[in-house]
Amino acid sequence: MKNLLKRYRSFLLLCGVYAGLGLLLPGAALDSLRLSGENLAEMLGILPPVFILLGLLDVWVPRETIMGLMGERSGLRGILLAFMLGSFAAGPLYAAFPVAGVLLKKGSRLFNVLIFIGAWSTTKIPMLVFEASAMGTTFMLVRFLANIPVILLIAWLTERLLTPEEQLALQSRAQAL
Amino acid sequence: MGTIGLYGLTLALLAFSWVKDPKRTRASLGKAWKSFENILPQLLTVLLVIGLMLRLLTPDMIAGLIGEESGFQGMAIAAAVGSVTLIPGFIAFPLAAALLKSGAGFTQIALFVSTLMMVGLVTLPVEVGYFGKKATILRNSLAFGASVAVALLIGGVLR
Repeated sequence: MKNLLKRYRSFLLLCGVYAGLGLLLPGAALDSLRLSGENLAEMLGILPPVFILLGLLDVWVPRETIMGLMGERSGLRGILLAFMLGSFAAGPLYAAFPVAGVLLKKGSRLFNVLIFIGAWSTTKIPMLVFEASAMGTTFMLVRFLANIPVILLIAWLTERLLTPEEQLALQSRAQAL
Repeated sequence: MGTIGLYGLTLALLAFSWVKDPKRTRASLGKAWKSFENILPQLLTVLLVIGLMLRLLTPDMIAGLIGEESGFQGMAIAAAVGSVTLIPGFIAFPLAAALLKSGAGFTQIALFVSTLMMVGLVTLPVEVGYFGKKATILRNSLAFGASVAVALLIGGVLR
């Protein structure tokens, strides 16, 4: 029980903020609550299948398979696969983190997992069409093309700047998920 | 559309898994629930913060702060506002388009959009849960730097 309270303390704190806001500006608090509710509905729409698929992947796909596809020795194919996985995925970035966790757990190279996160956040194919219509084709194209090397660079630097011990700690954290 | 496909695929695979091995299927559902419950507190927190942000920062207000002539200060504001929240693209782009119409500058908007999608202070706890503190901080700071570079490039091209 105490543990539960501790885990949900920031959530409870925000509930307090909402209650306070509700007393001062009831309209603003209700609007915020409505926006949060809309986001919650969207999240609950996308997350259950994501987690069920991850559970199935965890149980059925052997570690060796993922390791071969995206592990230390997967080379260029691993990089391309990471880009594609992230670019074709649906859903907000917070849905990408659990996927990344399972990929790490199954022995993917951190570099590839970071590419996957980068691609998910910025080069999503379904989003590009949308971006072009909202912001113009030039805007979309420049951003897309500039972001491909940027994603590689961020992934490479993040991996390089972690010591081998830190990378090991990261892997064992993933095992515990 | 995409969501329906996702559900269809999930149900099909789940049924297939059940036929092959009910015990393992139950185990996988257990894992699914455990990992969901694991990040639930952070997710609920993120949702409430985003709700507040979206309500308190209106498009007109942001556009006033990051107009074409707002220069470096406007960029700083765009980056700061963009970094706090992590908003999916289908909300971010219409918002960005609205901001452009209300007079925001291209560089500032590019910075706003990039940091919105790549840098998330509010979602840090979720990310730390999977990647640990150092990797999370590294990724977010590098993404922040990259957003600035890409924004300057876009601003240069679209001038």
